[in-house]
Amino acid sequence: MGSGDRHSEKVYLGAIMPLALVDCNNFYVSCERVFNPKLEGVPVVVLSNNDGCVVSRSSEVKALGLKMAEPWFKIEKLAKQHGIIALSSNYALYGDLSARVMSILSKFTTRQEIYSIDECFLDLDGFDSQSLMDYGQTIRKTINRNVGIPVCVGIAGTKTLAKLANYCAKKQLAGEHSVCDFGQLDKMQISELFSGIRAVEVWGVGPRISQKLLAMGIKTVEDLRTANPDKIRNQFSIVLERTIRELNGIPCIELEDAETARQQIMVSRSFGSSVTALEDLIESVAYFATRAAENLRQDGSVAASVCVYVRTNPFKETEQQYQQSKVVPLIQPTDDTMKLVGAALQGLKAIYRSGFYYKKSGVLLLGLQAKKTLQATLFDDPAKLAKSARLMSAMDAINQKMGAGSLTLAASGIQHRWAMRRENKSPNYTTNWDELPVVK
Amino acid sequence: MTLPFYPSIIMKLTIQPPTIMLPEMGNSSIRMPLFSHKVAAGFPSPADDYIEGWLNLNEYLVPHQEATFFVRAKGNSMVGAGIFDGNLLVVDKSLIPSSGNIVIAVIDSELTVKRLLKDNGKIVLKAENARFKDIELKEGQELKVWGVVTATVRKFI
Repeated sequence: MGSGDRHSEKVYLGAIMPLALVDCNNFYVSCERVFNPKLEGVPVVVLSNNDGCVVSRSSEVKALGLKMAEPWFKIEKLAKQHGIIALSSNYALYGDLSARVMSILSKFTTRQEIYSIDECFLDLDGFDSQSLMDYGQTIRKTINRNVGIPVCVGIAGTKTLAKLANYCAKKQLAGEHSVCDFGQLDKMQISELFSGIRAVEVWGVGPRISQKLLAMGIKTVEDLRTANPDKIRNQFSIVLERTIRELNGIPCIELEDAETARQQIMVSRSFGSSVTALEDLIESVAYFATRAAENLRQDGSVAASVCVYVRTNPFKETEQQYQQSKVVPLIQPTDDTMKLVGAALQGLKAIYRSGFYYKKSGVLLLGLQAKKTLQATLFDDPAKLAKSARLMSAMDAINQKMGAGSLTLAASGIQHRWAMRRENKSPNYTTNWDELPVVK
Repeated sequence: MTLPFYPSIIMKLTIQPPTIMLPEMGNSSIRMPLFSHKVAAGFPSPADDYIEGWLNLNEYLVPHQEATFFVRAKGNSMVGAGIFDGNLLVVDKSLIPSSGNIVIAVIDSELTVKRLLKDNGKIVLKAENARFKDIELKEGQELKVWGVVTATVRKFI
């Protein structure tokens, strides 16, 4: 094969418009390790809200064969046997470190899509394709030094391939030092690499689809990549057909810029212990609506309606089960805490039934739009709107300064009997003056 | 507290009102003007042309926002460097530590603040207090610097 051919093979797998997927390694555990060096090199898990199940595992825990989402009560004994350290989740800390990581990454590109709390896509269009490995290393080292979080970088021509390249970097199947660029591999190498990876590892191929694929004889990523797209579309969906095209280096999934505001805001939590009284539910719902309203204002959005929901504990089969939700539309889209809380409580009162042990409630803000483009209606009173805006920004300022929840509506309660269980939570190292890391 | 009442059915407006752009409201950052004066109504101050900008303590203390963390000093091992018990330390993780810097280092899985001295390949973490021993790194022992201390903040009130 001539060198010209080799070049075109590389371009074929998508070095035309390269993008990178940067993914933090076991992010929550890594966050905890930044401030607690004792956690380095030992098995650590982070548990979900209410210490329910495992949501992040260190590599030592993965090596022990402990699975993700395993309920804690089932593995507690095993964990003690192996000296696994289990921490409650500290989302204030993870959120802060995530914002730092994303902000640093944004400086490496002109376009960034934040895909989740610990991963994002970077547009690398226009960069010299031969230096992308070096660039990936610079990204990895900068994040590791400046924040202390280890990351893997996958580089390829489509989002699906970049995800896969990241997987290869993480599993050390290709690339080096946690960076993998598919543009550096020729067709033979790609084909060999893909033949060794199960199809279920591809972005968008869940366990259910992979079972069905398996029945058709499609076991590996290479099988999927070389499958007939038309046949796949007929048997599955246009989504999976798109996946095949992406695996062949044809971009089908656009990069979505960070500016796209959230379409909905949800704040919900399980309670530490079940509650039965309407008063307790009112407190929790008012509190969640307050937090959701804060997020809404941060985005510069307003909500058109509020959805509130409650449910009992589905795992307690002996208890009577109940779950219900209600959407309460607002006369005028708003970001006013009092109006949102009012609507949420109105919904709650409509769905509350006595005699149940409630385990979870939540508030969902829907129909979000930018406040700037809000349409004025007949009901508007400009003086009232301005007063509400001033009150809300004062409330946010106080809560930012004194800590979240310093100033709330009376309805959201002070005692929080429903507050979640977090028995082994680390301090809020970066968001509370009283909990800073201590050095001797 | 009485809660406002909201009808669960929205009145449908058949005629869409015109789109009105509302001004953005609220700005949480506080900045100190370089100098300020009272404005006499109707008469602009001749000094207005000379205002150069505003001093921002955050910009001064935290040039690398994403890489900067605050930690609390405990004990007296660094009093000679002006770091007292309970002081707030500004730590920049993005800086590459060089000899003479005050650093946060990881020693025995604990974070410690000391002055870093490098001399002919020998690395010493020096306390700024004669009552504390220097920590000398042995051959093959890797120094883990967590960050470089760039400032200390001490409030009197």
